[in-house]
Amino acid sequence: MARIFTYIAHKSGVPDDSAAELMAAARKIDAASSPTAIVTGWGPDLDAVCSSLQSSYAETWKISNEALVYPNAELVRKALVKVLPPGSILLVAHEHFGIDLAPGLSVKMNAAFVSDVLGIEGIEGSTLRLIRQEFGGQVSAHVQCDISSGAVITLRPGAFKPLEQASANGVVADKSPELGPLTAGRRYLETIVAEAGDVDITKHAVLVSIGRGIQEKNNVAIAQELADALGAAVSCSRPVVDAKWLEKSRQVGSSGKTVKPQVYLACGISGSFQHLAGIKGNPFIVAINKNPKAPIFQVADVGIVDDLLEFLPELTNKIREMHSVSVK
Amino acid sequence: MEILVCARRVPDTSENEIELNSAGNDIERDDLVYSINEPDNYAVEEALQIVSRIGGSVTVVTVGGEDDEEILRREMAMGATHGVLISDDAFGGSDGRGIATILKAFVQKGKYDLVLTGVQAEDGGAQVGGMLAAMLDYPFASLVNSIEVLDGGKLKISREIAGGNKEMNEIDLPCVLSIQTGINEPRYVGMRGIRQVASVPIPTYGASDLGVDPGAVGQAAAKVKRVDYFVPALGKGAEMLQGSREEIVEKVVELVAAKGGLK
Ligand SMILES: Cc1cc2nc3c(=O)[nH]c(=O)nc-3n(C[C@H](O)[C@H](O)[C@H](O)COP(=O)(O)OP(=O)(O)OC[C@H]3O[C@@H](n4cnc5c(N)ncnc54)[C@H](O)[C@@H]3O)c2cc1C
Ligand SMILES: Nc1ncnc2c1ncn2[C@@H]1O[C@H](COP(=O)(O)O)[C@@H](O)[C@H]1O
Repeated sequence: MARIFTYIAHKSGVPDDSAAELMAAARKIDAASSPTAIVTGWGPDLDAVCSSLQSSYAETWKISNEALVYPNAELVRKALVKVLPPGSILLVAHEHFGIDLAPGLSVKMNAAFVSDVLGIEGIEGSTLRLIRQEFGGQVSAHVQCDISSGAVITLRPGAFKPLEQASANGVVADKSPELGPLTAGRRYLETIVAEAGDVDITKHAVLVSIGRGIQEKNNVAIAQELADALGAAVSCSRPVVDAKWLEKSRQVGSSGKTVKPQVYLACGISGSFQHLAGIKGNPFIVAINKNPKAPIFQVADVGIVDDLLEFLPELTNKIREMHSVSVK
Repeated sequence: MEILVCARRVPDTSENEIELNSAGNDIERDDLVYSINEPDNYAVEEALQIVSRIGGSVTVVTVGGEDDEEILRREMAMGATHGVLISDDAFGGSDGRGIATILKAFVQKGKYDLVLTGVQAEDGGAQVGGMLAAMLDYPFASLVNSIEVLDGGKLKISREIAGGNKEMNEIDLPCVLSIQTGINEPRYVGMRGIRQVASVPIPTYGASDLGVDPGAVGQAAAKVKRVDYFVPALGKGAEMLQGSREEIVEKVVELVAAKGGLK
């Protein structure tokens, strides 16, 4: 069986939540496996990450180099190509760093590549069977992957539940001397933090959230009227921001805000995982969509198949009516 | 600047209900609405804007079949200088690596300063751009949401990272960038524009034109294969509200109030 490695992202000396998910995925590939964690970085933060992984990983490979103080995918790739044994399987979280690193790494390792995996069905000989989604999650696919010369696999965050496990009392092996000098054609400059917007959607208990189904900028008012009647705020999915109908600060999702409302009205939103990734705290989700097969109906509490441009104004009227009754 | 944009024609998920075919081995492809993969269209717009600032040309290339010419013409109507179709029976069933291998051969036949792809295809894996860059030994950046051309053969770019934050980088040319939606506002293409380019010939290249070894691409060489499509058993699933719109509206008000959502 090929040796399994997990690449551990980290920040301020703390391993990313994905560390435990990658471990769970490694066990799905091979129940008997004891995957090796790989951490790249520099300084005391790197040491802190390595020592905290000792409780869950039997072995951690530390790759320390000043050039790796910021995780530049090109430099990390060069480091991994130097240290990974031929035929290895490397698991990486499917987020902005994994997307940057993994495809090119698979080419340089001459290994198979499968991205954004959400299920692992097992291995037969040198064939690994995996599950992915396509078309915005409207359908899933079984995929088979020939791992005879290794594999790089990115895993969807949240898809693999961390396992309960006994403390591993692991060892840390320093692989840094194998590296040699590292240079890249791309150089990190700085991180620019997103601007705060006019409305802070993270602070609202009720969100009227609109997606591409709102169809045009003028229709945003329909959602705003409902939000006003409810004392709620309007949030949205990415295409609404791409089209410049609302500010970026209103976007819910992996590349937007994380919200924790009590009630989330998803209007004309299909329910892609990048969008759902921004909804936390298990709110009561009401989905309105004209497509009965929209994936949002798999995660919503109640679903309504209707045209939101007709449904929302009626809902607004009903709520206004109730207010005027209660005032009298 | 000579810019190459890699683009694909895909079923448009915002226009279609994607369903399984009766054999369960593919999606039902009859009556699907196809369009250019969304981020690829942003990539073409970005290329056009760079060229309008500093000069150069924009070539749009797709690996596919005759039907895929449609998107090349659409992007030419937007302003792309050339459209190129790469097509060969030997290319059928290629995985991402196979597609990148074919594109690499095409890139090496020309002289491009910058190669753009979309971040991800509707049925893809956000892989072709990064693989192509590695095969060419060009620097790569994914999820790019702004490009500024600097002096001295360099670009300043931003990448979209978590929470809407931006990671700023400097990158040497030639390079490959995967373009994220929202980087610009793609111009509108009318029927008239498309008619104007309807009879422009589109050069087509096959494996031998590009010097691609047919054994290195296509179904047989693919390390990764899709076995079938399926619709997963739903999780708990939503309670679907039935009845007249009026009844449903009342029910929603009641539920939202019960959850503390009414002031
Ligand atoms: C790296 C990366 C990061 C991303 N980050 C985010 C993110 O942070 N947030 C995010 O939201 N997305 C994000 N995305 C995009 C994501 O993959 C989806 O493309 C996006 O969420 C789709 O938005 P949507 O549901 O509004 O649009 P669509 O998927 O197009 O869905 C529109 C829905 O509206 C319905 N509809 C249409 N008309 C009507 C009508 N009149 N009445 C009722 N329903 C109607 C349709 O049936 C459809 O289900 C990201 C993508 C990538 C690659
Ligand atoms: N057959 C193809 N022809 C040209 N470009 C492609 C092709 N497949 C993928 N690409 C490009 O690579 C990007 C990512 O695709 P994928 O890796 O399949 O998700 C797409 O947005 C396109 O820009």
